[in-house]
Amino acid sequence: MQTWKWLYDPASPYRWRFLISVLVRAALLFVLFNLVFALVDPLPTLGRLSAYNTLFRGRERLPYGENPAASFNLSLFQLDAMLASHALAGAGDDEYRVLVIGDSSVWGILLRPGETLAGQINALELTVDNHPVRAYNLGYPTMSLVKDLMLLDYALRTDPDLIVWAFTLESFAPDVQLESAIVRHNAEPVRGLIRRYDLDLDPDDPRFETLTFWERTIVGQRRALADLLRLQFYGVAWAITGTDQEYPADYTPAQVDLAGDESWHGYDAPQPLTADDLALDVLHAGVTRAGETPILLVNEPILISDGENSNIRYNFFYPRWAYDAYRDLLHEQAEHAGWRLLDLWDALPDPACYTDSAVHLTPACSARLARRVGAAIVQTTPGESHGG
Amino acid sequence: MTLTHILIFIAAALFYLALLPARWRAWALFVGSIVAIYWLQPATRIRTLDFIFPTATLALVALAWLASRAPDQGWRREDTASALLMAALVIALSLGRYIVPEYRITPSRPPAPATVALVVLATVALLALLRRVPRPNRRLAGPVLLFIVIVFVVLKTGPLAEATSGWIRERMGQPAALATAAELEWLGFSYVSFRLISTLRDRQTGRLPAMTLREYTTYAIFFPAYTAGPIDRAERFLPDLHTLPGPDPAWLAQGSMRIAVGIGKKFVIADSLALFALDAAKAQQADSVAGLWVLLYVYAFQLYFDFSGYTDIAIGLGQLFGIKLPENFSQPYLRRNITQFWQSWHITLSNWVRFYVFSPLTRYLLMRPRKPSPTVLALIGQMTTMIVIGLWHGVSWHFVVWGIWHGLGLFAHKVWSDRTRPYYLRLRERPRLAQAVAVLGVVLTFHFVTLGWVWFALPDIGTSWDIFLRLLGL
Repeated sequence: MQTWKWLYDPASPYRWRFLISVLVRAALLFVLFNLVFALVDPLPTLGRLSAYNTLFRGRERLPYGENPAASFNLSLFQLDAMLASHALAGAGDDEYRVLVIGDSSVWGILLRPGETLAGQINALELTVDNHPVRAYNLGYPTMSLVKDLMLLDYALRTDPDLIVWAFTLESFAPDVQLESAIVRHNAEPVRGLIRRYDLDLDPDDPRFETLTFWERTIVGQRRALADLLRLQFYGVAWAITGTDQEYPADYTPAQVDLAGDESWHGYDAPQPLTADDLALDVLHAGVTRAGETPILLVNEPILISDGENSNIRYNFFYPRWAYDAYRDLLHEQAEHAGWRLLDLWDALPDPACYTDSAVHLTPACSARLARRVGAAIVQTTPGESHGG
Repeated sequence: MTLTHILIFIAAALFYLALLPARWRAWALFVGSIVAIYWLQPATRIRTLDFIFPTATLALVALAWLASRAPDQGWRREDTASALLMAALVIALSLGRYIVPEYRITPSRPPAPATVALVVLATVALLALLRRVPRPNRRLAGPVLLFIVIVFVVLKTGPLAEATSGWIRERMGQPAALATAAELEWLGFSYVSFRLISTLRDRQTGRLPAMTLREYTTYAIFFPAYTAGPIDRAERFLPDLHTLPGPDPAWLAQGSMRIAVGIGKKFVIADSLALFALDAAKAQQADSVAGLWVLLYVYAFQLYFDFSGYTDIAIGLGQLFGIKLPENFSQPYLRRNITQFWQSWHITLSNWVRFYVFSPLTRYLLMRPRKPSPTVLALIGQMTTMIVIGLWHGVSWHFVVWGIWHGLGLFAHKVWSDRTRPYYLRLRERPRLAQAVAVLGVVLTFHFVTLGWVWFALPDIGTSWDIFLRLLGL
C-alpha cells in the first residue's frame, strides 16, 4: 500500500545490525534527553509557551477543575502556565488594571466567568483617569493567605494599578497556610516569600513537595508535561464554549442549621485571639510586597445563619466568638498599618445570597458585592474617576 | 487496548520469537489468544459477566467451527487436543478466583471453578453431540448464523440491551433497576461475529478452506485484531498461520514501526484531540458556528487517528507474531470522491459488507423476473450497504441516518461519474485544471464525510439535526 511504501519497500533491506543500532541510539537519546531535562528544568519556560491570548482567548480565571472532561479546565500547579493561560497575560495597555485575589468565592464556584466579582466589576464599566477599569480574576479555590501572597507576588509582574485582596477568616488559620496543593507544589517561591518576609511558617515544612533528581526527569515530570498540553487543548474547548466549570443542575445549599460546636481550628472553646493566632503577618507581607501599588483589602460577606445554633455560630465555618475576634483584630491591624479595609462581612445578610457554601454567592448578590467594591475602587484611586 | 497491554504483547512477541521452537508457535498463538481475550475484556458492573463474555465467545467460536466444517472434514486428534486445551484454559483462568486481584488475568473475581467446569463440560458435551450432525454446513450454519445475528442485534440495540442487562442482573441477584445498555460490554463481539458470519457464508458458498479447531479459533480471536479489527478473511489468514516466520529483522522492524506509529496516532494525537472534539456537551455549549465547525473538524481527525492508530498497532503486533493483517485505512481524507473514501476507510468492514450484503443483494435483484434499472439497483445496493454499516455501529436511528447520508452520497457520486465520464476523460489533456478539480474533489469529499460525522458522533437524531442546522448557519 502506497502509504506504507517507505516501510515495506525500503531502499536497503533491514538487517539485525540496523535494528540494534536504532535501539542503542534510541536508548542513548532517551537517557540524554532525560538528564538534560532534569538539569535544565525547562518546565517554567514551557509553561510560558501558550496558545492562549494568541490562537484563542485567555481564560477569565485561573485553571482549576476536578472534572476536566465536563469543565474543559484542570488543576495544575505550574504558575507560569496558569498565568500564561489567563487573559491577564494578554492585557492591553489602555486600561486601569485591577487584580482581584482571593479564594473560591473570588474564583467563582457555580458562577459563570462574567458573574464573578471581577466579571461584575467589569460589567460596571467604571473608568479611572479616563482609562476603563479592567478587573482580572486571580482567585483560586483554596483558603490560604500564603497561596494568595504567592499569586500576588507572581502577578505583580503584570504591573497592576490596583489590587483587590478578598479574604475571610478561614484563610487566616495558621494550619491551612501550607495545606493547599498549589502551595505545596510551588515550594521554592513560597520558601522565598517565607524567608524574605520572615513569615511565621517553616520553610522546611515536610508538606512541601521537593523533587528528587529522578523526579525532575522527563519520565518523572510526565504528568506535569501532560498537564501543560492538556491545558492548551482544553483551551480550545474553553474558547468555543466559554465554559470553564462544571455547573451541576442541583447542589446542596449552604448549611443553615448548625452543630452546637464552638471549636475553630484547634480551639475547642471561646478564648481571646491575638494577632499571632492568625496569619496576619502574611497580610502584612502582601501589602509590603505590593509596594506602591495600592491594595484594597476586602473582608468577604458571609452567610449569617438564623437556624439552629445560630446563637453560637454564624455559619458552617465560624463560631461567633472566633469570627468576632478576627474582625476586631483585622480592624485594629488595618488602623495601625493604615490599610484600606472594606469590611463587607454582613453586606449580604439574605441567606438566599449564598449557594453551596457560606461564602459562595449567587450571580445577583455577586453583582451587589461588585457595586460596593467598584465604588471603593474608584475612591481608592487618586485622580478623576466616575462610574459607568 | 491500553499501553500496558501493548507493551506486554510486545514483550510476549520477543519471547515468542526468541525462545519458542517453530513447531510450538501456532499453538502459542492459540493459547495466547484465548488468555488475551479474558485479559482484554473490561470489567463489567454485572457480577462475573466479564468472565462469561470471553467464555461465551469461545463457545460461539467452537459452535461456528462445527457449523462451518467442510462436509468431508473429519474430527482429528488435534481438534480433540484443542478442545481439551481450550476447556482446561477456561477452568484454569477461573482459578484466578483464589488469587489476589493484582495477579489475576481476568478483570474481576471469576466464578467458582466447579461451576465453570460444569458449564464447560456441558458445552463440550453439547458440541460433541452437534459434531455428529451430518452435513453441518447445511443443518447447523443457518441456525448458528441466525443466533449470532440475534445476539448482535440485542447487544447493539439500546432498549434490548438494557432489558437483557436487567434480566441478567436478576439472575445474578443484582438490582435490575440499575441496568444499563452500556454495561453489556462484550469486548470484540462486533468483529468476532463478522468473522464467524463470513466463515459460515463462505462454507455455504464453498470458498472456506478446511480449518482445524485451533486454526479457526486463532483466526476468530487473534488477539491483536480482537478489539478493533481489522476483519481478516480466513483464506488470507490461514496461509500466514501455516508459515509463521522465525526472528526476521524486516518483520521486527516493520512491526515495531507500525506499533510506534500507531501509539503516536492513538495515544498522542487522537487522545489529545479527544479533549476538544465534538460531543453532545460541547456541541450544546458552543457559542458560535465557527466554533462548532472547529469541534467537528477536530472530531473528524480524532476519529481517524484513533481508529487508524489502533489498526496500526494491531497490524504491527500481528506482524511481530508472524501474521500480516490486512490494511484498514489508506489516507481516506485525501480521496477525491466518496466512492474512493469508502475504499480507503475501514476497508475490511467495507469489503465485508460489499461481499456479504451488496453483492448477494444485487445478484438477487438481478435474478428476479422484474429486474430493476441500473440506477435503482445502485440506489438500493448502496443504501442497504451503508445502512448495514451504520447498524453495525449500533441499532439506532442516528446511525441509520449516517448510513443513509453515505448511501445517498455514494449513489449521487455514481450517477455523477456516469454522466461526467467523458468530461473527466477530456480533463486529462489539461493537467492543471485536472489538478484543481482533484483538489476541489478532496475538499468536497472531506466536508461531505465530516458533515456526516454529525449523525455519527452525537447520541440522538434530535441533537444531530439541531447541530447540523447550526453548522449551516440555520
